[in-house]
Amino acid sequence: MDLQEFLRMGGYAGYVWTAYGLTALVLLLNWIAARRSEAREQESARRRSRAD
Amino acid sequence: MWLWFHKLASPPHAYRLLGKMAPWFGWPALAMILLATWWGLARAPADYQQGDAFRILYVHAPSAWMSMFIYVAMAVAAAVGLIWRIKLAHAAAAACAPIGASFTFLALATGSIWGKPMWGTWWVWDARLTSELILLFLYLGYMALRSSFDDPQRADRASAVLAIVGVINVPIIHYSVEWWTTLHQPASVTKLDKPAIALEMLYPLFIMIIGFQLYFGWAISRRLRGEILRRERNAKWLQEGA
Repeated sequence: MDLQEFLRMGGYAGYVWTAYGLTALVLLLNWIAARRSEAREQESARRRSRAD
Repeated sequence: MWLWFHKLASPPHAYRLLGKMAPWFGWPALAMILLATWWGLARAPADYQQGDAFRILYVHAPSAWMSMFIYVAMAVAAAVGLIWRIKLAHAAAAACAPIGASFTFLALATGSIWGKPMWGTWWVWDARLTSELILLFLYLGYMALRSSFDDPQRADRASAVLAIVGVINVPIIHYSVEWWTTLHQPASVTKLDKPAIALEMLYPLFIMIIGFQLYFGWAISRRLRGEILRRERNAKWLQEGA
C-alpha cells in the first residue's frame, strides 16, 4: 500500500484523521492533567510537612 | 478478610499501591492503543458500504463504551462510600469523573465527525445521541456539585447521590437504539448470538477497548493518588513519610 493512498483514506481523510487526532489530543491532555494534579498535591504535601 | 480489606482501604497503603500499579497500566495501555490504531487504520479491510470512514469506529465505540463503564464504576464507588462510609471510595468516585467526562466528549465528537459523511448531519436529537449528551452533563454536574462545597464530606455525600441517581441513564443509552427509532446503528458486537461484524474488523476494536481500559487504570491511579494527598493533608503518615 502506498502512503498517498493511505493518507487519503478513500476520500474520507478529513473525517478519519480529525477523529483520530482528536482522540490522541484528549488522551494526551488527560495524561498531562492527571500527572499535574498528582504533582501539585505532592508539592503541597511536601511544603506542609516542612512548615511543621 | 476484613483485616485485609481495611489495610487495602487505608490511605497510606492505597497511595503506595497505586503508585506501584500505575506504570503496569500505563505502558501496556500505550502499546495496545498504538497497535490498535495501526491495525484499525492500515490493516483492517475497508467497509463495503462506508469505505474508510468506518475506521472511526475504532476510536468512537471504545470511547462510548468507556464513557458508560466509567460512569457505572463511579456510581458503584459512590454507593460504597455512602453505605459503608469509606472515604477512599468517595475519593475514587471523584477521580473517575474527569476521565469519564473526557471519554464522553470523545464519543460525542468522534460520533459527530462520523455522522457527517454517513448521515449527512453532524447532530440529530435522537435517543442515543441525546442520552449520551445527558451523560456528559451528568459528569459535568457531578464535578460542579463537588466543587460547590467547601466541606469534603458534604461534597462526597451530595455528589454520591447525584452519581447513583444518574446511573439510570446508562441502560437508557445502551437500549436507546432498540427502544426508539434512531439513525444510530444497533449494536453489532454485543449481540448474544453472533457478532454482526467480520472478525478481522473486530480484533483492532477489542485491542483498543483493552487499551482504553488500561489507560483508565493508569489515569485513575494517578488521580486517586492526588485525591488521597489532598484529603489526608493533616494525617500523620504524610508528615512522617514523604
